[in-house]
Amino acid sequence: MSVIAPKFKLSEFIKSLLDNIFWILLIAVLIAIPAIQIVLFAIEMPVINGELLTPFLALTWIADPTRTLPIIKAFMATDIFRVMAFPGFGFAALLAAGTIFIERKMLAKLQLRVGPFYCGKIEGILQLMGDGLKLISKEIIIPAKADKPIFWAAPVMFVGAAAAFVALIPVAPGWVVADVDLGLLGVFAVIGFFPIITILSAWSANSKFPFIGGIRALFQMVSFEIPLILSLLGVVILTGTLNLSEIAASQSSFPWIVFLPVGAIVFFITMLAELERIPFDLPEAESEIVAGWLTELSGMMYGLVQLGTYLKLYAFAALFVVLFLGGWNGPMIVPPFPAEIITDGIELGPVTANIPGLPVFTQEMLNGTLWFVLKTVGVIFFILLPRGVFPRIRIDMLLSLGWTKLIGLAFVNIFIALGLLYAGVLGPGGLQ
Amino acid sequence: MTSELPPGLALQKVDERIMTLNVGPQHPGSGHMRIVVQIDGDYIVACDPDPGYVHRGEEKMAEYRNYILNIPHLERPVIHDSCNVLYPYVLGVEEIVGIEVPERAKYVRVIASELNRCIYTMYWLAIYGIFLGHSTMFMWPAGDRELLIDLMEKMTGARVTHAHFVPGGVRNDLPPNFEDVCLRQVNYFEKRIKEYAAVFYDNPILISRTRDTGVLSRQDAIRLGTTGSVLRASGVDYDLRIKEPYDVYDELDVHTNVMMEGDSYARSRVPWLDMIESCNIIRQALQKMPKSGSVRTKLKPNPKGKGLDSVYKRVESGRGSLGCYIVSDGKTEPYRLKMSVGSFRNLIALPYLLKGEKLGNMPSVYWSLNYWPVEADR
Repeated sequence: MSVIAPKFKLSEFIKSLLDNIFWILLIAVLIAIPAIQIVLFAIEMPVINGELLTPFLALTWIADPTRTLPIIKAFMATDIFRVMAFPGFGFAALLAAGTIFIERKMLAKLQLRVGPFYCGKIEGILQLMGDGLKLISKEIIIPAKADKPIFWAAPVMFVGAAAAFVALIPVAPGWVVADVDLGLLGVFAVIGFFPIITILSAWSANSKFPFIGGIRALFQMVSFEIPLILSLLGVVILTGTLNLSEIAASQSSFPWIVFLPVGAIVFFITMLAELERIPFDLPEAESEIVAGWLTELSGMMYGLVQLGTYLKLYAFAALFVVLFLGGWNGPMIVPPFPAEIITDGIELGPVTANIPGLPVFTQEMLNGTLWFVLKTVGVIFFILLPRGVFPRIRIDMLLSLGWTKLIGLAFVNIFIALGLLYAGVLGPGGLQ
Repeated sequence: MTSELPPGLALQKVDERIMTLNVGPQHPGSGHMRIVVQIDGDYIVACDPDPGYVHRGEEKMAEYRNYILNIPHLERPVIHDSCNVLYPYVLGVEEIVGIEVPERAKYVRVIASELNRCIYTMYWLAIYGIFLGHSTMFMWPAGDRELLIDLMEKMTGARVTHAHFVPGGVRNDLPPNFEDVCLRQVNYFEKRIKEYAAVFYDNPILISRTRDTGVLSRQDAIRLGTTGSVLRASGVDYDLRIKEPYDVYDELDVHTNVMMEGDSYARSRVPWLDMIESCNIIRQALQKMPKSGSVRTKLKPNPKGKGLDSVYKRVESGRGSLGCYIVSDGKTEPYRLKMSVGSFRNLIALPYLLKGEKLGNMPSVYWSLNYWPVEADR
């Protein structure tokens, strides 16, 4: 059967590893180092031993870890790091890329296929990069009768809205890009943008199939926003706050899914519909309306919409984790940072370096991030799974599901929450 | 005036609410044809199937080639079902040139045509799956089909276009040990397709999508002249393997699968049940087949008809009744050859079924008609 899989050879495996390392190093030299240089000017530089560090001396820090670590720590305190790297875009994009890879491999295994195999030589790990390069290099074709400014702007706006959604998600205690008190309301506001952007893109293309797809997306998203918002009210009633960090922190002893399973189920189903995943992928039903509202998008415009879609997928899964599965809370499994490194310094061969600024990450933060990622990947797995099992639903069945069953169940969930509150079992702040 | 013209040519009042959609020929949900659909909101008000994009003039080509040279190109309309599409032609030529077929060859033909029916139906089922957005149901039949394609390759030497049937029998004998391999593969295949029920035919979303959509009543099915699985899904027990048995079908115990609903679900389920029945037929044929003997009566190098003669033979193909009308004027080529294919006869039902349906039902109703565009165009 293994016609496709060539014979495994250790030498070839090592060679492929070295190949990948070569390309990673090349990209690092060409892109990452200039980017770091630019970023360094935005950091508030620390003073070590009475000497103010400057970005112009950047190369001298590489040889001296006692200078590098304080700079890294100062960088992590900046907003640039939060937005670009850790709780923000970089982290989300990494998880989204992992999601695409997992989706393709998992679906392939489910369907008795191999999936991406050659690109990157190790199980097709670089397939996504290849796809991205292909999309970037393709020509962007705009329909002649399209409303061009709006048509150009829609994919960018889509990614922007998805990134705004990502910014509201708390990953670990204190690690959130935008820690607003009305965070959940902000989430509802951001979700409300997606149907508008979709219909703008679909209508401005001035083509029949995108138009039908856009109308379908509008119906679907607008009618599923109502059960989505209602299903989250139970959590708000029990926690008494709209701040996502506080909601996550309130679940230190038990996750809300224990008390509000109905709300979790309703939220999960509406999430599938909002994400246009199978069985609710009617706006992109290819056998009926080609690719729905994506039909006229080409090249990197399509790539941007896909990026936005997967960022949105990550953000919804993360929102599910924060609201129902306890966010970053979990047993402490990360070992504590060895204290003697701070007191005695690290032995680097002959010299013992006493590095200020350690530890870079606290134990709570690492543990919280680990649990958060584990739970999010689990939720993403369940979001991807229906694609291999279910056919596509029809628009009238979808709407009747949204307007009758899900709204009814969401109200049941609210009554459960109110009952728990008035019975005195639970209340704002946790178990009473 | 409108009643005299066919649906596509009739003048229609322009309505602002009506949007005309050209589904095909460049469309993932059409195949090699075009369906002009007029929709009012989500409802289809009129539908005009427009076949003919892959017309290759097979019938005219047949008039310029002798009876043997016609074999490879006449199976091109349905390469997945190439044994069945060739079957009526071969039966007709045998009658025209007057030649007897050995008993063993008849069984080999039955086995080959049943295997081919399964191969075609698996391909059809794969596309039905992806038309409903079920990508697993696209990959599984496409993969399991390989089992039977391997068998056909052992048997005939080619994976798809076999050119295996010739007037007077089949081209070559079965390879040694074929019976055991065939029995094993077919048993596994049957076990495997029964697993599809769990993921596809018993799937609640599939049932809710295809139940009561595109209902073709028993009377309409007969009146429109549909054949094959479409006719049997509407409650008409009609199968040429039983009604007009050819070769050795009268010696085998053949059952038909009839469903009374006449909706998309029934039309999609009947071919699947037929595949299980095909496995039974193959097992019976393997058991009853003479273990040795000739499989081909040799023809003269360039066979001729016996003067002015015409013959019409039909078989049950994967898409229903498939007839071949051959007129011979005593030369080495047929004077006229006409194929009557099940695909085209089932397509006639499409405008009747889609009228008033929702746009989302279009792929499931269209593909449940067991229509193969290339065969319909010939």
